[in-house]
Amino acid sequence: MITFIIHCLLVIVMPPLLLGVITKTKAEFGGRKGAPYFQPYYDILKLLKKEAVYSKTTTWVFKAGPVVTLAATFLASLMLPLGNHSAPVSFAGDMLLFAYLLALTRFFTTLAALDTGSSFEGMGAAREVTFACLTEPALFFALVTLAKMSGSLSLTGMLTYSSSSAWAGAVTVLLTVALFIVLLAENCRIPFDDPNTHLELTMIHEVMVLDHSGPALGYIQYGASLKLFLFAALFYNIAMPIQTGSVFFDWLLFIAGMLGIAVAVGVTESVMARLRLTQVPLMLITATVFSAFSMILIFR
Amino acid sequence: MTSPLSMMFNGSVMDYADVPTLSVDAFMDTLLTSIAQGWRLVTYFAVPEKPDLHGLCCILAYKAKGQLGIMRTEIRGNSFPSIARTCPQAQIFEREIAEQFGLVPSGHPWFKPVRFHGTLNENPNPWGKKNRDDIRVGVTDFYRVDGQSVHEVAVGPVHAGIIEPGHFRFQCHGEEVFHLEISLGYQHRGIERMMTGGPYPRTLRQMEAVAGDTSIGHGTAHSMIIESLGRVKVPAAAQVIRGIALELERLANHTGDLGAIAADVGYLPTSSFCGRIRGDYLNMSAVLCGSRFGRGLLVPGGTVFNLESRNRDDLARRVEKARKELDIAANLLWDRQSVMARLEGTGVVPPWTAEELGLVGPAARASGLKRDVREDFPFGIYRMASIPMVTGYHGDVCARAMIRWHEAHKSMDFIVDQLRHMPDGIHRAAVGRLSPDKITVAMTEGWRGEICHVAITDRDGWFKRYKITDPSFHNWQGLSMALRGQQISDFPLCNKSFNLSYCGFDL
Repeated sequence: MITFIIHCLLVIVMPPLLLGVITKTKAEFGGRKGAPYFQPYYDILKLLKKEAVYSKTTTWVFKAGPVVTLAATFLASLMLPLGNHSAPVSFAGDMLLFAYLLALTRFFTTLAALDTGSSFEGMGAAREVTFACLTEPALFFALVTLAKMSGSLSLTGMLTYSSSSAWAGAVTVLLTVALFIVLLAENCRIPFDDPNTHLELTMIHEVMVLDHSGPALGYIQYGASLKLFLFAALFYNIAMPIQTGSVFFDWLLFIAGMLGIAVAVGVTESVMARLRLTQVPLMLITATVFSAFSMILIFR
Repeated sequence: MTSPLSMMFNGSVMDYADVPTLSVDAFMDTLLTSIAQGWRLVTYFAVPEKPDLHGLCCILAYKAKGQLGIMRTEIRGNSFPSIARTCPQAQIFEREIAEQFGLVPSGHPWFKPVRFHGTLNENPNPWGKKNRDDIRVGVTDFYRVDGQSVHEVAVGPVHAGIIEPGHFRFQCHGEEVFHLEISLGYQHRGIERMMTGGPYPRTLRQMEAVAGDTSIGHGTAHSMIIESLGRVKVPAAAQVIRGIALELERLANHTGDLGAIAADVGYLPTSSFCGRIRGDYLNMSAVLCGSRFGRGLLVPGGTVFNLESRNRDDLARRVEKARKELDIAANLLWDRQSVMARLEGTGVVPPWTAEELGLVGPAARASGLKRDVREDFPFGIYRMASIPMVTGYHGDVCARAMIRWHEAHKSMDFIVDQLRHMPDGIHRAAVGRLSPDKITVAMTEGWRGEICHVAITDRDGWFKRYKITDPSFHNWQGLSMALRGQQISDFPLCNKSFNLSYCGFDL
């Protein structure tokens, strides 16, 4: 029960803090002071208080987009174990539901973007879907590898399992690389997308949500931070399969690990420029290849 | 064969009556042959002479001899032959002439308004708009590519960023740009119209605001016009201060551009550092005159303020400090492979295209054209002290960024050198009445490139016609061409690497 409460609390409260840490890290590299750690919370609260403006050309799809996206992401979060603690919802095959709930969020974001009829948003939707096609295999190969290794079809079983296989070390390294790339790509971070850019022609994810305003935009931003949290937690479970033995220390370790991942994302963004759009698929295919190799090792 | 052109130098004056007047055919012939022989079109404009009689006046530049050639023709009625098909650099000037005076260039391949305003004379609008209120900026025909898989993306005039308004139409095939058409005019203030009958008390302030980031460039050009017509010799100290101010303006903007290019590829460290260092250069301009943008420094005949020796030392120290910091910030950029991979090969303008379009400034030099007013047609302090010209040859975003960095270095060397050898003495001379019935040309090298002002006075010494040509007027076409076959997502980067002025174009 306590695990359940802590799980929900972390999922609800912590995500925007990761964005705050990334921003602060980037500011540090740029020699600036940077926005406060809690700025993303203030921003979301501010947006929730605002009035929404809807374009006359949009339909209910446009309004449903942010709501469905947030709800689906939250549902997915209930199936993902945080650290070494089992997830509130867990059943055989929940990994498929997890993956497809995330796909559903993308589907609705894209639909809402297309609903505006704007050429920018159409362009952004095309880019997002193209790159998603290339990111998904990497994620699925990774999940299959983990399922085979642990013999479980549930995320809790797959991710909290400590392997004794001789190839576990090599698999961990391969998956770490692949999932870090997936983490960056799925959350529109540099080198794939620039979350801070104001240039509508270069955006991928940001351009799809240009027309949203007020609470809807707040949902989108909160949902985006939640998605980042989910991928970071997935990454944490694979990259750091450490157990202290104490439940309390495990939670502390998890929180510290998540903040560490946020710093790592911030550092990556600071030391590298964005890829040219034509180069993005190559990078994503690299992630897929890494995942595929880990799968080959396990099925060998 | 002797050229019918009359020779002038940068800043020289001649009687307007002495400008060789050719027949229309001879004029166009001379224009085309001169350009084929390596002359370049600096400016080309109409002058209202009498009712139903317009002069067409053109100024060409011949770099090898540092000479400017001038000629005119007279046209009756409201049409003149277009040469834009064989001479692309003339196309925008012909459209401008049509818009300003209702004279139609017959046979122009893409005849469209430039700035969307009514004519300056009584002639009707060549696009059939009855009254001024019918003219809406940006409402015109655009180039279209037909086909199922071609789509059109329209950007602006309101942008997500903090730039000036401009409208861009892309014809795209997926992510690839087939064609980009740029439509400006949103910032049109009617500066040339306001200058007629001048100079007025507020003229100098208006000249500083032709393009707000080039106050010294345009201010110097205008001051040179008044000084030539008022027959005054600018004191040496003032020439040095003007040179320093012009280079500081270049430094601030080049540094800002490097930062902006870094920001566009998502590379934050250089972007943040350059943003701050740009502020340092702006503050150095404030040491000269109290304004970070050099407003109120210039006055025809010299400068308003002198540069005390205390301030000279202070300035030299600041320049050296900024030099070190700029080196660090810029080297971060050049050493980062992921940045260079983005910049190299993006937005290429080949030298022959740059030549055909008559590009100027860093954009032209990045494509390998050796064009710099400071060296080719020296003015002011540059007659005594030259700045080495920097050129590249790739013509891509990387070359345009690199040129800025090298030019910044040369400018800093120049400033430090000038501060050390600055002459004493007066910094301002009195200007007499302007000579009547003259024409004069003044060119300066602003940070964007060649700025050209031309003034023709009437028989009382007031401006009959004042023509301003901002470097952006030549270079916007270059940006369109740079985008051909590029990724549409690279547009902001290409745009930043040119960083052209909207208001300098719109006047």
